Amino acid sequence: MSVKTISPESVGLSRSEYNEIVRRLGRDPTPLELQLFGVMWSEHCGYKHSKLTLRSLPSSAPHLLQGPGENAGVIDIGDGWAVAFKMESHNHPSAVDPFNGAATGVGGILRDILSMGARPIALVDSLRFGPLTDPKSRRIATGVVAGIAAYGNCVGVPTVAGEIFCDPGYRDNPLVNVACLGLLRHDRIARSRAVGPGNPVLYAGARTGRDGIGGAAFASEELHEASEHEDRASVQIGDPLAGKLLIEATLEALATGDVVALQDMGAAGLTCATSEMSAHGGVGMIIDLDRVPLRESSMGADEIFRSESQERMLLVVRKGSENRISAIFRRWGLQAAVIGHITADRELRAEYHESTVVALPPYALAEAPAYRAVACEPPGLAERWITPDALSTVDPGSALLSLLRGSDVAAKRAVFEQYDHMVQIRTVVAPGAAGAAVLRIHESPPKAVAITVDGNGRLCALDPYRGTRLAVAEAAANLACVGAEPLGVTDCLNFGNPEDPEVFWTFRQSVMGITDACRALQIPVVGGNVSFYNESPEGPIPPTPVVAMVGLIRDVSQIATQSFKKDDDVVVLLGSSVPDLAASYFLTQIHGLSRGRPADVDFDIHASVLSAVREAITSGLLSSAHDCSDGGIAVALAESAIAGRIGAEVTLPYNDRAEVALFGEAPSRVAVSLSPDRLPDLQILAANHGVELVVLGRTGGSRLRIDVTDRRIVDLSLGELIEAHGALDEVFR
Amino acid sequence: MRFGVVIFPGSNCDHDCIHVLRNVLGQDVVELWHGDSSVNDVDCVVLPGGFAYGDYLRAGAVAATSPIMPAVKSFAESGRPVLGICNGFQVLLEAGLLPGAMLRNRSLQFRCRPVEMRVESTRTPFTWNLREGQILQMPIAHGEGNYFAPDDMLDEIERTGQVVFRYSEGISPNGAARFIAGLCNQAGNVVGLMPHPERAAEAILGSTDGRLLFESVVSFLESRAVVGRSSWVVATEQRSPTYDLRPTTYDRSRR
Amino acid sequence: MTTVRVVITLKPGVLDAQGQAVRQGLHALGYEGVSEVRIGKHIEITMPDETSVDEINAMCRRFLANPLIEEWHVG
Repeated sequence: MSVKTISPESVGLSRSEYNEIVRRLGRDPTPLELQLFGVMWSEHCGYKHSKLTLRSLPSSAPHLLQGPGENAGVIDIGDGWAVAFKMESHNHPSAVDPFNGAATGVGGILRDILSMGARPIALVDSLRFGPLTDPKSRRIATGVVAGIAAYGNCVGVPTVAGEIFCDPGYRDNPLVNVACLGLLRHDRIARSRAVGPGNPVLYAGARTGRDGIGGAAFASEELHEASEHEDRASVQIGDPLAGKLLIEATLEALATGDVVALQDMGAAGLTCATSEMSAHGGVGMIIDLDRVPLRESSMGADEIFRSESQERMLLVVRKGSENRISAIFRRWGLQAAVIGHITADRELRAEYHESTVVALPPYALAEAPAYRAVACEPPGLAERWITPDALSTVDPGSALLSLLRGSDVAAKRAVFEQYDHMVQIRTVVAPGAAGAAVLRIHESPPKAVAITVDGNGRLCALDPYRGTRLAVAEAAANLACVGAEPLGVTDCLNFGNPEDPEVFWTFRQSVMGITDACRALQIPVVGGNVSFYNESPEGPIPPTPVVAMVGLIRDVSQIATQSFKKDDDVVVLLGSSVPDLAASYFLTQIHGLSRGRPADVDFDIHASVLSAVREAITSGLLSSAHDCSDGGIAVALAESAIAGRIGAEVTLPYNDRAEVALFGEAPSRVAVSLSPDRLPDLQILAANHGVELVVLGRTGGSRLRIDVTDRRIVDLSLGELIEAHGALDEVFR
Repeated sequence: MRFGVVIFPGSNCDHDCIHVLRNVLGQDVVELWHGDSSVNDVDCVVLPGGFAYGDYLRAGAVAATSPIMPAVKSFAESGRPVLGICNGFQVLLEAGLLPGAMLRNRSLQFRCRPVEMRVESTRTPFTWNLREGQILQMPIAHGEGNYFAPDDMLDEIERTGQVVFRYSEGISPNGAARFIAGLCNQAGNVVGLMPHPERAAEAILGSTDGRLLFESVVSFLESRAVVGRSSWVVATEQRSPTYDLRPTTYDRSRR
Repeated sequence: MTTVRVVITLKPGVLDAQGQAVRQGLHALGYEGVSEVRIGKHIEITMPDETSVDEINAMCRRFLANPLIEEWHVG
């Protein structure tokens, strides 16, 4: 090992952080130890700027079996079954190498779910790029989609839902957020806390190479022009075959009952796994680095510790079972080696070539200091809340087609047809059929689980608090429209440089937004991820908190989707919030304006509307349900018509400007269709929930006709709607 | 009846096939590990979909060299039913149990969507309950389903009635020659197809057409068990005496 | 030990969709003179010095290539 003096700055630490290290160790760290602190105390691993703020997130609920603090959250779904889920970001690597960055993002989140003892059963992705007319953004977008497909398909986990948004703010800083859902029995929940002095520490999976060394620190820096070429060395390459074998072998090992603790080696690799597992368990660990299976000859101790080679797990097993467990991994073609054991003292010690190279308390590495960052509201927000009065008039029909063509709304079929969204034969509601995917749990019929992912950078740029609340509200609405009751939320908080007080203010406002929204809806946040430093010389990305929400459907035969199902159904609007063009997709897409204050969600009203929708679905009243979001009610009706290949003729109940009636946005509105003879039942149900109901018109025919106060405003054929909606096909095929 | 589902490293649809056979069709199912050298005493072998060995080198190429394959070959040579689904089909091609080869989809992209296919031959255990011309709907999910064989081989395959399924929508989802979605060996007991019947075996998933293939082989095996003979040819003799063994002429005018 | 290099390509009559896509990409980048692109695999195998050409060809014929659709060249 080379003995050289390393400055704290060279590993990304400040002088005061260095002093804190000295205080914790009671001495100076060795150069190797300092490098380990450099990765563990990076923002990506250490959450220094976000920890304190995140404490406000509501994370307790009766059905929550495991909250934040582990590799993923776990929620009870009844009858001894549970689901684990979490979302992670892989933004910086995807900017540099879209295919591999996105692929390893998928690999990483799969392993987080596997670490809880769950079989991964679904993936969802939330992607943001620059405008797809820009060649660089197009290249990144197609590369990211191909990467997610390559890994997800090979590993046999279906990608069942997602969203794609485009905005110039993401051009140099694409966002790739992937959530994974897993299934497990209550009595099989695995945890990362290492226990049992004498228990062997077992390394399992692929060999260790030099991949991604410094990767965690790399995620904590801003990208600059030369990044794409220089930083390629920091991007990890994944092997989805190894990922699949690891899933099977790990689940088989867990089934023996001899695995005491489990964690995957992700960001900061072995450093993170060893320090976190010991710190969580309040124990010590001795590791012999010479026993780590290597892919390359003569790797240094620092390289072995910091390697981010993919598809590796660290296990603590019951003493005496290590040979049997190793045999399971080897049978699946993976490496397995006992590399150490648990000790009773609280020291993490590593040996290399017969010297002790690391000896420190694990908490010192695992618990990075928390900072109280400075927050400062950016100037000029209130001015941007003013919606211009005089907008140039546009033909409403053309405007609707234009909104359908926009990448936020257009059909993503060319994307999700690249994903195997049916493997594991659970997918009952596939991508594109509704705002959430539905997966049946055939191990515990007739249950099903629904999952959706939602975020809105456009709204959060205008008002991060309200915008975030709207994202949570929309996720809950998407679940309600398939008939699911929300169980839990995981989030990915994507922001710029937290040391910039204005950026940090938006972060804090967002976290407050999630907190208040989840408290109001009584949904726990089971865990999540923060991605800072999404900035380029042009500035930070729009503040973009993304939420993935998971819900429960008690009977899978009682669900709904968004397509009109038959002619002569009644089309009805539930919810009476007044639409407004402020902060709308219409303003951005048609007039190029980011103006207006996002709506303030009234969660009591929201909860009533969603409750009414859910009950209507479980009572079998509805043919279709679709929440009104981007593009207002016009887009929602168009999407239902396109999906069902059935037109409609409706009159909107507003006497405002036609554009406001058609494209104005407001939370807590759901457009449903149902047989006319069931309408009285729905009216009674709505009244019971205190929800307003307005009959808009009828389904049927091959045109979408929308009237506002006796004037025919929109009259488009299904063919025109379908053609506009298919605008993204040529980008992704 | 007892089914054996082969599991290679990287097989993904093994659990799905086992679920359908065991829970939906109530059959006895055993897992056949790629590293074993016997298929035990199963009545039918299924090679499921997935990415065996990551599709490295060529899809199905490495899997075809697995220790279990000689046993699968003997099983096939004895005339007993073998079904290769998607990746399983690719393994059968690479192992020489079926003629031809797979190329990457013409679009170069993985494609997952429902397709319609037409039953071209009812002289296999998996289609003997079906009608020629019957249209089945089930999903595809593959990146290498572009079936290829040289023209003279294709002509021979058509002539001997070895095309079992053909994509029937008029457009090929992957570029496969002559829209071939599935075919069988000359004896008719080994069938490979790219679409996934196990994904179309329960109404809740959208289609139950895939279930027909499994029900077909179950009733075929049960009828043979009654007869007590091990020859596939005997079983066909049990069927309608007007049964026609001539292959369907591929109607080029429909392209 | 010696290292043998084998290049495997699709046979001339077989559609090389990937090669076509790459040719399109080169044209888009301004290299319009490019007429044909074929994509293959380059395999390097380290084996005992005394391995015969027949054995190497057998490796190719039996496994490394699919003779129905591919041809190979031993370097």
